[in-house]
Amino acid sequence: MLKEAIDNVLGTAAAYSERQFPGSVTSCTVPRGRFADAAKVMKKAYALLAAEWAADETPFGGGFAVYACFRFANEYMIIRTEVPVDDPTFPSLTKKFVPAYRFERQIHSLMGLIPEGHPDLRPWIKFEDWPEDAWPLRKSFNSPKPLPYVNGKYQWIKAEGEGVYEIPVGPVHAGIIEPGHFRFQAVGEMIVNLEERLGYVHKGIEKRFESLSWQEGAKLAGRVSGDTTVAHGIAYSMAVEAMTQNRVSDRAHWLRALFLERERIANHLGDIGAICNDVAFAFMLYQTARLKEMLLRTNLDLFGHRFIMDRALPGGVTVDISETGKEAIKEELDKLSDDFERLVTVYDESASLEDRVRETGVLTPEKARSLCTVGIVARASGLNLDCRIQNPFPPYDRFEIKVPVLISGDAHARAWVRVEEVRESIRIIRFILENMPEGPIKVNLARPAPDTAGFAAVEGWRGEIIYWVQAGTRGEINRCMVRDPSSVNWLGLEQAIPGNIVPDFPLCNKSFNQSYSGHDL
Amino acid sequence: MIRILHQIFRTGIVTEPLPQAVEDEISVVGAKLEEAVKKYFRGSLTIREVDAGSCNGCELEIHAINNPVYNCERFGIQFTASPRFADMLLVTGPVSRNMAVALKRTYDSTPSPKLVVAVGDCGCNGGIFGESYASLGGVDTVIPVDVLIHGCPPPPAAILNGILRAIESKEE
Repeated sequence: MLKEAIDNVLGTAAAYSERQFPGSVTSCTVPRGRFADAAKVMKKAYALLAAEWAADETPFGGGFAVYACFRFANEYMIIRTEVPVDDPTFPSLTKKFVPAYRFERQIHSLMGLIPEGHPDLRPWIKFEDWPEDAWPLRKSFNSPKPLPYVNGKYQWIKAEGEGVYEIPVGPVHAGIIEPGHFRFQAVGEMIVNLEERLGYVHKGIEKRFESLSWQEGAKLAGRVSGDTTVAHGIAYSMAVEAMTQNRVSDRAHWLRALFLERERIANHLGDIGAICNDVAFAFMLYQTARLKEMLLRTNLDLFGHRFIMDRALPGGVTVDISETGKEAIKEELDKLSDDFERLVTVYDESASLEDRVRETGVLTPEKARSLCTVGIVARASGLNLDCRIQNPFPPYDRFEIKVPVLISGDAHARAWVRVEEVRESIRIIRFILENMPEGPIKVNLARPAPDTAGFAAVEGWRGEIIYWVQAGTRGEINRCMVRDPSSVNWLGLEQAIPGNIVPDFPLCNKSFNQSYSGHDL
Repeated sequence: MIRILHQIFRTGIVTEPLPQAVEDEISVVGAKLEEAVKKYFRGSLTIREVDAGSCNGCELEIHAINNPVYNCERFGIQFTASPRFADMLLVTGPVSRNMAVALKRTYDSTPSPKLVVAVGDCGCNGGIFGESYASLGGVDTVIPVDVLIHGCPPPPAAILNGILRAIESKEE
């Protein structure tokens, strides 16, 4: 569908690539002058922007390239344009797709390419004390060398008027959470504007990938966001496998799905408890924390790690499950399911709790769509998006997944999507345990061919995770692009907050629960 | 309400005795340790957790020591929102360049004796992120560290163990 739309408007100006895998993801190069036109075509075709990134392709003899990935239903399309070294500019897509706003600030800050027509080119992730010409993602940048410190000041958005005041929060927050800065403009208790400033946990992950082997890369991918270690590991592995056109055994796929669903349940349990705790309903936090601990311990017993870290690698998985292991999980799920249903009843019947979570932090379906949000946040705001359905790997193609979609977009909706997903994941795990095919759990990986690229999208517990990997002239990692769901969903929080009262911010933030590390990279 | 009470009674107390290694440590240094906590911290040790650039994995396990199974409050350990009330900083890493200033300021705001515990392989030496333009490496590259807790992430019992070791180091 998307390909036809492009062909209709751009005709022969779009050159299709044969070196981008899997083949189901179309990839074409358009002239720089038509990049924005191509985005317009996507917009008209109701596609959403999934990611936008840049790669330094000077080792191949070219210049830079900017990529934009669009999604419509089960189709992904990557549109690429070349940017010469001596004129590093490209047309901004921000006016057509809001999330391009952050992606392009990032490209500008870290790759030094200028998005022309972008409304706000303040640095993003790059802090004011970095030298202006430090562009870490360029090949010419010397990564191990410490950066010198310079003076600079970040310009904040200010609200003015009688009674308006400012509350700066962070980067070190009150709880045991990751660092980030939030700046509120408020009148009385009411928030007029929230501005996020992220980048505090920027560890240079994307650059780091370029110094690692493909196998070591899996270890780094597992630490992009520690709470989503399984999904990141799988997404990275699948992108590499797509690039090398390796087929992983069915059993490996099914085991990956098992890990993925267990990670989903564990995190959702933690979140449901934490959301309730933020409205002083501590009972739920302790109950769900207990259930979560039960799952983590089973993980340790059966798979050797509480968060199943480093168990998915390019080529398959490193740990199998025995029949007794299956029985242990079934027994655990019975206990979990009983207790969980009792807790859901308590949640449902507590009027004072509902009073706080309903109509708080509303992200309207219109905004959720224009911000191209993904995952839980999208599904709580009326967007029916889930890679397990639209872009499934086995066993997700074997059964129907009931994805909850709510339209109220408030904190309750985001909590309730999690409740329904826990139920669904329990059902999925039972199906996996009953029907898991026999076979090897690992295959040998072919050596990546020079100048090929691989793409994968996997539904982690927060939502769609995208990896795009590119092999260099010697088959090494030339670029590894990571798009955590947080990269787009943070924009949703910023839009959901104005109009709420300051004391409700922790609740709203917890109901989104986006990753700082996954965003900052 | 009645359902809440039912569930509480049905659950009972799930808090576990500490794993053997930690238990031994308590029985060996037990009396001394308790005395030390009493002497230096009046029976209550207050911790400020600082994420100086971690992937959030260590934070999950620090959360876990607060859950009803590990229940660190029974040892008088509490987490505080302000470094000004803290006896100890529990720092996860690697220290990102962008967090270095905030970490230093947090350290400077903490009153003495300000014990510092680096949690996780990355907090100890930078881990897989190493040292680069964006990652400065272990916590000790920015502030003085008393005790290291290895692991990726270290399990809850190891974190509790590390906190006990830090108090011991103070006692000496």
